[in-house]
Amino acid sequence: MADAAPSPAPKPEGATGVLVLSDGHVIWGRGFGAVGDAVGEVCFNTSMTGYQEVMTDPSYAGQIVTFTFPHIGNVGVNEEDLESNVDSAVGCIVREDVTPASNFRARGEFGDWLAEKGKVGLAGVDTRALTRRIRLLGAPNAVIAHHPDGNFDIPALVKKAQEWPGLEGMDLAKIVSREIQESWEGSTWTLGDGYGRSPRDARPHVVAIDYGAKDNIFRNLVKAGARVTVVPAEVSLEEILELKPDGVFLSNGPGDPAATGKYAVPVIQALLERDVPIFGICLGHQMLGLAAGAKTAKMFQGHRGANHPVKRLADGVVEITSMNHGFAVDNATLPDSVEETHVSLFDGTNCGIALKNRRAFGVQYHPEASPGPQDSFYLFEKFVGMLG
Amino acid sequence: MPKRTDISSILVIGAGPIIIGQACEFDYSGTQAIKALKEEGYRVILVNSNPATIMTDPDMADATYVEPITPEVVEKIIIKEKPDALLPTMGGQTALNCALDLFEAGILDKHGVQMIGANADAIDKAENRQRFREAMDKIGLESARSGVAHSMDEAYAVLERTGLPAIIRPSFTLGGTGGGVAYNKNEFERIVRDGLDASPKNEVLIEESLLGWKEYEMEVVRDRHDNCIIICSIENVDPMGVHTGDSITVAPALTLTDKEYQIMRTASIEVLREIGVETGGSNVQFAVNPEDGRLIVIEMNPRVSRSSALASKATGFPIARVAAKLAVGYTLDEIMNEITGATPAAFEPTIDYVVTKIPRFAFEKFKGSKAELSTAMKSVGEVMAIGRNIKESLQKALRGLETDLDGFNTVPSLEGAGRDTITAALSKATPERLLNVAQAMREGFTVDEIHAITFYDKWFLRHIEEIIAEEAKIMQDGLPIDVQGLRRVKGMGFSDKRLATLAVRSVHVAGGLAETQAKRSGLLHDALRAMAGATSEDEVRALRHKLGVYPVFKRIDSCAAEFEAVTPYMYSTYETPFFGEPEDEAMPSDRKKIVILGGGPNRIGQGIEFDYCCVHACFALSEAGYETIMVNCNPETVSTDYDTSDRLYFEPLTAEDVLEILRVEQQKGELVGVIVQFGGQTPLKLAAALEKANIPILGTSPDAIDLAEDRERFAALVDKLNLKQPANGMARSRDEAIAVANRIGYPVLTRPSYVLGGRAMEIVDSEQQLDNYIATAVQVSGDSPVLIDQYLRDAIECDVDALCDGEQVVVAGVMQHIEEAGVHSGDSACTIPAYSLPAEIIAEMEKQAEALAMGLGVRGLMNVQFAVKDGEVYLIEVNPRASRTVPFVAKAIGQPVAKIAARVMAGEKLTDFPPFKRDLDYMAVKEAVFPFARFPGVDPVLSPEMKSTGEVMGIDKDYPRAFAKAQLGAGMRLPTEGTVFVSVKNSDKPLIVPAVRKLIENGFRIIATSGTQKYLADAGLPVDVVNKVAEGRPHIVDKIVDGEIKLIFNTTEGWQSLQDSQSIRASAITAKVSIFTTAATSVAASEAIATIRGSQLEVRSLQDYYS
Repeated sequence: MADAAPSPAPKPEGATGVLVLSDGHVIWGRGFGAVGDAVGEVCFNTSMTGYQEVMTDPSYAGQIVTFTFPHIGNVGVNEEDLESNVDSAVGCIVREDVTPASNFRARGEFGDWLAEKGKVGLAGVDTRALTRRIRLLGAPNAVIAHHPDGNFDIPALVKKAQEWPGLEGMDLAKIVSREIQESWEGSTWTLGDGYGRSPRDARPHVVAIDYGAKDNIFRNLVKAGARVTVVPAEVSLEEILELKPDGVFLSNGPGDPAATGKYAVPVIQALLERDVPIFGICLGHQMLGLAAGAKTAKMFQGHRGANHPVKRLADGVVEITSMNHGFAVDNATLPDSVEETHVSLFDGTNCGIALKNRRAFGVQYHPEASPGPQDSFYLFEKFVGMLG
Repeated sequence: MPKRTDISSILVIGAGPIIIGQACEFDYSGTQAIKALKEEGYRVILVNSNPATIMTDPDMADATYVEPITPEVVEKIIIKEKPDALLPTMGGQTALNCALDLFEAGILDKHGVQMIGANADAIDKAENRQRFREAMDKIGLESARSGVAHSMDEAYAVLERTGLPAIIRPSFTLGGTGGGVAYNKNEFERIVRDGLDASPKNEVLIEESLLGWKEYEMEVVRDRHDNCIIICSIENVDPMGVHTGDSITVAPALTLTDKEYQIMRTASIEVLREIGVETGGSNVQFAVNPEDGRLIVIEMNPRVSRSSALASKATGFPIARVAAKLAVGYTLDEIMNEITGATPAAFEPTIDYVVTKIPRFAFEKFKGSKAELSTAMKSVGEVMAIGRNIKESLQKALRGLETDLDGFNTVPSLEGAGRDTITAALSKATPERLLNVAQAMREGFTVDEIHAITFYDKWFLRHIEEIIAEEAKIMQDGLPIDVQGLRRVKGMGFSDKRLATLAVRSVHVAGGLAETQAKRSGLLHDALRAMAGATSEDEVRALRHKLGVYPVFKRIDSCAAEFEAVTPYMYSTYETPFFGEPEDEAMPSDRKKIVILGGGPNRIGQGIEFDYCCVHACFALSEAGYETIMVNCNPETVSTDYDTSDRLYFEPLTAEDVLEILRVEQQKGELVGVIVQFGGQTPLKLAAALEKANIPILGTSPDAIDLAEDRERFAALVDKLNLKQPANGMARSRDEAIAVANRIGYPVLTRPSYVLGGRAMEIVDSEQQLDNYIATAVQVSGDSPVLIDQYLRDAIECDVDALCDGEQVVVAGVMQHIEEAGVHSGDSACTIPAYSLPAEIIAEMEKQAEALAMGLGVRGLMNVQFAVKDGEVYLIEVNPRASRTVPFVAKAIGQPVAKIAARVMAGEKLTDFPPFKRDLDYMAVKEAVFPFARFPGVDPVLSPEMKSTGEVMGIDKDYPRAFAKAQLGAGMRLPTEGTVFVSVKNSDKPLIVPAVRKLIENGFRIIATSGTQKYLADAGLPVDVVNKVAEGRPHIVDKIVDGEIKLIFNTTEGWQSLQDSQSIRASAITAKVSIFTTAATSVAASEAIATIRGSQLEVRSLQDYYS
């Protein structure tokens, strides 16, 4: 299957959806969710729960998510399991048709919700074969399309996939970031009580730069004892300092860190010079790495799932983490001033850094979970604890 | 952290005999653990009384003790072997309890043995209900409202808090023996009393009922660095109220949001930390209220378990192997994931398929038991199936069960039944409930209605509904005859056979005359086929192959294809096409290959012994240079371990599924052949289909096997060889049966043809009893004839296991049964060497066995059963295949009998192997183990119907000692003082005299019923008389219940006397009094008691015996 020669299969009867790869491969299926088409990079996610969180994670902007678990949509959707209201994954590919929701928390069906959010779904695909293809050949650019009448202009879709510039060099953060500053008040979710609220008291003040953040990051900061103000990606140093932060948080987000770094890195470097405590997650971690003098690179095969082991080098403890990244800080390029704190046990890629003479650290993975294990909440406490 | 160097030898305790709640999953875990520890250079000492295990093979551990697992015996092993550490977490509840007893008695401290894997405090905290509850309170996890009681008064106090219905669980018992759900005070009183009795600590937990709540299990692994990972989540389809071992379960959990799942994940890890399981695998069970998600912790097991075996097979993550490595100090990041070969064990497996487990029951074996499920486990085996979706997974599991299901077969008793009848059927938790659900849908019940009765999650119900809707469509329109349509229905998991059944119905000629006519008339048949698409399994298959609709094989890789899998562990699925052709990952090799078909789910009559043989075939043929390919669907087994064979297909053992595997394997390399003779009846049943498909079958031909089972053909061979069989005949009607029985003379042995485990076999003493039997037997086996044999009363029965290569016959063992002929050979105790038969009789049996092996053309193993009466040898039956006794023989004589057989089947000669040494200077006794305590109301008497679930071996220098060990291993404690009750049938009275005399000489008091008392008194023995139950109180049962009796000898003859004495045996089982129901075992027991009173039992390793 490593041979990538296009062999356009004839449209099977009843096909109402299609995934067209930029190399001309055509994968038929049944469309669901939004009608229309969307272009993006096809990635896979191996989580068995949390599809709604995945589909609202802005880090997936510009991407089409292949879920490796065959049954997606089982528990429907609800208004709580959202990670943002901005652009995120443009579509998803699943093995099985979505069946009606069965869970006391469900308020609607996954397919209806996708339609409402303008996201295209494709079912009836051998998602394992697609995943293996991505593993062997890398993540392809593609168009996902859904039309109930089953009429698709395949050559036009191939052209569209080919013309899409791809994620490398793409600054998506500023598209998905908030446009205005926001005071964040919500805390984490508990069974029975939902999301907690937190008063804006005299707690340490964290200014969080939103490159496409998952809301659960802010909730975890609040839970750890911080007062959070969220600011847009293209915020200036002066605007940050005006807010008198005790610490600055750099969020996750989509796209190429090098592209976003063009405007974000100088701000971070200026903050580091003033020794403002900094904590970065995912894209924020990469921004911090760039600011400290390291380089980032696109990975052949990204990490996306909720089962990724990360070794904390200080004491050897393994954290099972939620991950979603296609770029990474290249650990060969870490300057002397930066200590590598975490590595992936899967492939040894960098998963965490700390600046030696600064109160600044970052992790490549998602301690805020949602979806995924909550083993790494301590990082939020560590950060808030630094703010004194 | 590196491995520990402060310890160098480790004692592993096995699980003992196979019993309900503790099956061969502990051979699987123990075998993995021993291999893992030896890999690290530790000296491993093993104790396990079960000879049918791979773990007790002499080349596994460094010192193997096939000895009873009791604290006294294990202490002797400790004194002899001086292990530094004890690993108690691999042998189920047996090992944990034994380790805890050793600890509490100070024996471990005294000998400087350290517990690894789990310490005594953690075990106690997890097992002691009160302490567990306090621990959960401490970490803020809810438990059900409950309380512990040690008496009836305490129980009523707890009931005030919990209310009815209430769940009662005895502490420290296997699979919740003695527990149950009480809906009223009467039931409450009865179940609490049983529970207090069943608990070794006289303790029960009484809990609020969570009936209808969803049930989950989490398999967790922790290392000494406090790294915790979840291997697998398991969701029960059957809601709370049914023991998880008896529940249909799926993996992963399918109806939880991530937020709920993470609560459960975090809670599981907190439970391990709080209980203090330092390293290894544990499972935590939860109940979840489907209305609001309220989560309650039910229990945790601080050890590997049945569900960890399931989780290992479901994900590819070898929990026991990893747990063993963690116990000696490694951390998870230091252990390699052998499936990927590239990533560490420190990760959480993720899967891209759905796994279904369905338990298998044996209620039909236990007359008088009710086929209802509760919190006490009753299943004897399980099947696991893997599909790309829940429908495929469910339907594969149903056909893998081998209970004559091809999928969701109709339930005739509910067809067209009224709503009340169907509602009643749905509301009962029975083994058939899943099928009843499907039938209710056919009868018009909605998903909501069924959910309201069964509390099955609607998600599962909707998928079943889709299957039933598809069935209705096929019954209406016939089979889809286009590629896409056929692929779609196959993708829902329909078997070819089920599709054929449904398709035939589409032309409304199903059943009866019309169908028969249609089949006979070629013309009509063609018309029929045109309308239906296909009318038989073969035609469906032909159509499918014509259209190119084949399954593909996907890999179980623990990572959902994120990394490449180096271990070929596979399942089939009807995948949707991707770029044209569906993607197949089988990648067959170009080697010379042999396929070994396994035994499927465990059942009574076909259990671990056959898996043992299959595993040996894998090992032997690998050693001989072949690629070995295993096919099986039993998750409890060693055969389905990822490193037992070169390639593993986890698939149902049906003709369809196996032929598809063979099709793929034949695409490359050379298929030397298939072994169907090692897995019991399961693979044998496939032989015809394989031959039809021109698949080479290794070893003895299926025709020879059929000849041995076919009465008339076999009789011809027996005549030709001039051997002697008991008089026999065959009857197809009641009148014929009476005539045959009269010709032979009563008593006769009756049975239906083609049976396994002697199902529905019975000794019949009178015409009236024969009448009664005919009614039930014909029901059991449809329209097959009834076989009637002369019953050789008081004959000595023998088993002979032999090997034959076509030129030479080698006898491996002659086993003399202790029970007289008439007790099923699987239920009989037996000895190697024979304990009393003269040499010339043994020589005669060996000679006859040789003649039979040559006459049948055996290539491989053969088992012959003989009866000896009055110096005459009668041939009972021949099984030219692996038999249940093979592992016992192999362990007794210290030779790899099954391995040699496998290599002979592949073409080697017996002269290529060293000869067997058969003049043993020790005695090995096999004893069967029974699940009577699980089936209240069932008479624990032995008969031609097999009832045992497992076996133990006692080995020692002489017969009485070996017998005593076998009894001890089987859980029967031989008393050394006290009162013995004797009541035996007339013909046994002379036999029992010396036994009674011996007991009196050893200080026992004897009481007996009037007839027996008189006979014994006449023989000059001081014996007191006791009332029979019918003779007024206080009677014998009162004395048994009051604990006055320490040992019972009770034999009966005839229908009436059996019924009269049932209460004696039932009360003995309940009161845990040792009971012997044959004269021969009674005599053996008295000799054993006399011997062990005089001297203590000593222990000796197999390696020492063999050297």
